[in-house]
Amino acid sequence: MDNLVEIRWHGRGGQGAKTASLLLADAAFNTGKYIQGFPEYGPERMGAPITAYNRISDNPITIHSNIYEPDYVVVVDDTLLESVPVTAGLKETGAIVINTTKDAEYLRSVLKGYNGSIYTIDARKVSMETLGKYFPNTAMLAAIVKVSGVMTDEELLSDMEGSFKHKFAKKPEVIEGNMKALEMALKEVKKI
Amino acid sequence: MSIRERLSGNEAAATAMKQINPDVVAAFPITPSTEIPQYFSTFVSNGTVDTEFVAVESEHSAMSACIGAEAAGGRAMTATSANGLSFMWEMIYIASSMRLPIVMSLVNRAVSGPLNIHNDHSDAMGVRDAGWIMLFSENNQEAYDNLVMAHRIAEHKDVLLPLMVCQDGFITSHSIENIELIEDDLVKNFVGKYEPKHYLLNSKEPISMGPLDLQAYLFEHKKQQSQAMVNAKQVILDVAKDFEKMTGRSYGLFEEYKLEDAEIAIVCMNSTAGTTKYVVDQLRANGIKAGLLKVRVFRPFPAEEIAKALSHVKAVAVLDKADSLNACGGALFSDVTSGMQVNKVMVPTVNYIYGIGGRDTKSTDIESVFNDLEKIVKTGNIDNPYRYLGLRG
Repeated sequence: MDNLVEIRWHGRGGQGAKTASLLLADAAFNTGKYIQGFPEYGPERMGAPITAYNRISDNPITIHSNIYEPDYVVVVDDTLLESVPVTAGLKETGAIVINTTKDAEYLRSVLKGYNGSIYTIDARKVSMETLGKYFPNTAMLAAIVKVSGVMTDEELLSDMEGSFKHKFAKKPEVIEGNMKALEMALKEVKKI
Repeated sequence: MSIRERLSGNEAAATAMKQINPDVVAAFPITPSTEIPQYFSTFVSNGTVDTEFVAVESEHSAMSACIGAEAAGGRAMTATSANGLSFMWEMIYIASSMRLPIVMSLVNRAVSGPLNIHNDHSDAMGVRDAGWIMLFSENNQEAYDNLVMAHRIAEHKDVLLPLMVCQDGFITSHSIENIELIEDDLVKNFVGKYEPKHYLLNSKEPISMGPLDLQAYLFEHKKQQSQAMVNAKQVILDVAKDFEKMTGRSYGLFEEYKLEDAEIAIVCMNSTAGTTKYVVDQLRANGIKAGLLKVRVFRPFPAEEIAKALSHVKAVAVLDKADSLNACGGALFSDVTSGMQVNKVMVPTVNYIYGIGGRDTKSTDIESVFNDLEKIVKTGNIDNPYRYLGLRG
């Protein structure tokens, strides 16, 4: 399973980190991969720290545990950086993607010596400009796809259009905004 | 051609139930199996199935409604977890003793208390002597496949026993994974029409079911139940053969993974078997002859077959995801070692209680078990056979 990619999501209840992990699983599935998408269930409530996971591989995946040495970590809410050990076990050959407007110096200081790549995106800006509301998960989905390269930008965009049409069948007015959020986030994610 | 999909374990179970399209589903929601009746009730509302969905007020009533439906001559299904199954307990025995082939999807969760919604096998182990056939599933695919095979096994004239398909709560029930679905019409043909020989709504044969049964006959009736469980083994294998013809996926009483030439082996059930396969592959790459025996059919328990399959290894670890709190090991351990003793297979065997209340079982945990087994092989010392895995000291 050399091509196995493991991703861990950190967010707060209500921000859609679990949904984003399931959408990523969905998108990767549609490019022909074997996938897992699963949240770590606890006493969830709005605002509490939550964790979700993805495994993506060209081969069948048999392992059924949480992910302790992820290739990538996505942080949907930067207020978690000081309270949750988000880089625990994170491979230095991998990367962390953070929704933040904080500067590089601050981020390096809270990431406690993590030597791998650090990417940031202002998902609030993306979400407000495209959806008019703060739903960071769509932007973070695009950001992790860009950083991890688990699929091409084109694959993501064509696939998610179908997924959004299905997911938002009862509120089609949000499909265009979500597609714009994906496109904008693909451009906005930056390495520091 | 099978259908490539991605579904959670609960979605997979609900999909199988949709394709089976039973006469009656009666259920009461309980985490982590809630989604199964939830999805199924959508199929009922949409007219995808013509099942009578009974939204009962408790699990005791859910099983009672299934018993009534099945006794009347219908095909009945339900889903539950943990305390839901505990609440059914009285009716669980009634179902099997009335020889009603009800099929249940059991999403395994710790039985309270204290309250815990996460996975272990204490719910299933609590009904292991209740006369139900019990199939365990490593992942969403097996949860689905086992349900598709379930009615053919349970309703067979030599069996006529209720059957539960187990899968791990959250770990597989709430994880989205790839799955190969079977076309609707193939499932329909495979499962077939339910034609019970005796049933209450048959006006040509008025009968009474489940009456008083005292000293004169109960013993004989219990022996018949027991014989049905013995008969189930061959029926399970025959149904699996037909299933393989349809899907190419092969199932036995248990799965042997790289066991043939293994020197050390783990015996376990459900999702941990997948993690063990991953570890076996890693150890094999380093020249360590590790193997796995994954129990699929826990009731009837294939004692002789398992003993034979383990007879060549040098040390065995049996992993129990429920503590029997009896000072002599978990239920799977007792069954495996009793089978070995009776069949004169003398291989050093140890027990690990693990994963209680959702404690995550890491690949490194499984690796540590194989390391322990290597030590046993090297020194010949078992020391303490009743061990714990992943427990904080």
